[in-house]
Amino acid sequence: MADIKKIATRESYGAALAELGETHDIIVLDADLSKSTKTEVFKKKFPERFINMGIAEANMMSTAAGLASCGKIVFASSFAMFAAGRAFEQIRNSICYPNLNVKIGATHAGISVGEDGATHQCLEDIGIMRTLPNMIILNPADDTEAKAAVKAAVEHDGPVYLRFGRLGVPVLFDESYNFEIGKGVQLREGFDVTLVATGLLVGTALEAAKLLENKGISARVLNIATIKPIDKDIIVKAALDTGALVTCEEHNIIGGLGSAVAEVLCEIAPAPLLRVGTEDRFGKSGVPAKLFEDYGLTAEAIAMKAETAMGLKIRK
Amino acid sequence: MISNTQLELTAYKIRKHAIDGVYNAASGHPGGSLSIADILSVLYFDEMRVDASNPQDPDRDRFVLSKGHCAPALYGALAEKGFFPKEDIVTLRKADSYLQGHPDMKGVPGVDMSTGSLGQGICAANGMALAAKLDGKDYRVYTILGDGELEEGQVWEAAMFAPHYKLDNLVAFVDFNGLQIDGDIREVMNPTPIDKKFEAFGWNVIVIDAHNYDQIKSALKNAKETKGKPTMVVAKSIKGKGVSYMENNAAWHGNAPKEADYITACNELEAKIKELEEKVNG
Repeated sequence: MADIKKIATRESYGAALAELGETHDIIVLDADLSKSTKTEVFKKKFPERFINMGIAEANMMSTAAGLASCGKIVFASSFAMFAAGRAFEQIRNSICYPNLNVKIGATHAGISVGEDGATHQCLEDIGIMRTLPNMIILNPADDTEAKAAVKAAVEHDGPVYLRFGRLGVPVLFDESYNFEIGKGVQLREGFDVTLVATGLLVGTALEAAKLLENKGISARVLNIATIKPIDKDIIVKAALDTGALVTCEEHNIIGGLGSAVAEVLCEIAPAPLLRVGTEDRFGKSGVPAKLFEDYGLTAEAIAMKAETAMGLKIRK
Repeated sequence: MISNTQLELTAYKIRKHAIDGVYNAASGHPGGSLSIADILSVLYFDEMRVDASNPQDPDRDRFVLSKGHCAPALYGALAEKGFFPKEDIVTLRKADSYLQGHPDMKGVPGVDMSTGSLGQGICAANGMALAAKLDGKDYRVYTILGDGELEEGQVWEAAMFAPHYKLDNLVAFVDFNGLQIDGDIREVMNPTPIDKKFEAFGWNVIVIDAHNYDQIKSALKNAKETKGKPTMVVAKSIKGKGVSYMENNAAWHGNAPKEADYITACNELEAKIKELEEKVNG
């Protein structure tokens, strides 16, 4: 599998900003992390439209709001931990309440940050951001989708939270891939169980589906890049067609995709659901591959949960 | 050139609107609203380039009430300026009103930024001033902070930012009335010396009497003439200014007057308005 191309979605973020800067009045803010968030790619091309805020995320979000109120499309960039975590209240009151055109470019989400450990591994951001009115949440799975998500965010008038990773991940989609905010995508047909995945775990879910296939189980795989507003139709259809679901995300099982899917199922189409994600605990230092094993974010763990979920199906 | 007496008259009308609003809402923040009325009068009636018939003009000057809880005074100024009917002031804080308890830029004509959570307004003002610089526009940005608000760490992030990016199109006021909800600012969490702190951060700092029109105007003129750095006007004020029993009393930070107190306040403010009207007309 050495021939599979891997790109970290933070790289896609920087590249997309640099490209879109040519056609849109984009201002990029960063809090002293431009080399890591990859906004430096934009900075090199458009130095006059790149503003370094220093290590001051709270100020960054409210300044972004002021810029947006004057007609700018503003990207405020930092690690997910410090964007969604430290600056939550600024995002809420300065950006979401007045519905201003600010995009939060949050990189280094999840345990795949690796060696830096728990303080830098944000596993709560989707949950926090999901509770904010006016906020759209995009969690792309690969390079193609990440670039498309940045473009869609630019074209959307209002706040968007974009979640990117530090770790290189396989490129899953080619250029014909059509991204639309609010639309989930079925990547694989199946009728025994559905794997509903987002972000970095989309690739892992596809591997899990192959493992299940080897055991004669037909697993549907959905890619949910827009966590909010979530694509209810595709989830309800999966519940009706397959009768059991497993969500897969690099996030706490509380508050993220698992919760969002559970809400849809409970209200519209009740079906057994198991959640793969970090199980209400903090991350730790280590290489990402080892962390995925320790936290149960592997194809094997997903396949096992899928079989368990199938056993919970409601008998007709 | 508008006279100081005329500006003072407008300031007292703003104070009256603020008290009317807070009384009818039976809640709100009269003390700090009364202390900033003179500055608001000068900003909206002598200084700022704003047009009530075109509140979204991209080239307008901007105002951000960083101490957003003093919305009653801001609404008073905006109503006097003609952004919305004065009669609406009494709907302040009511469920069917657009006059939210704290400024809402999406609902209230003339409000340039939603504020209320302390520390955020000055940062937004920085963003607006930066936008003007990026676009090569000549609009200016004004903001008023509370002195207690200076205890928010975010204010000092903003205090670093504005001189770093040479935002000489920004004027910030600190309403230095010395009182916050829990009492004397020096006892709660001392932010002084305010002037020296902002000087050390690279601001052009001017200390004035917040109720002296010559000093307010002079500070604004000085700010316009100062190039390469933002201006901070430390405005020593009297909390509750204009209503005798509210003056220098922290108890009126966030309390609405009951009927008897309201009548006293109205009598005092109306007497002052009448006196100033006679002066203006005489």
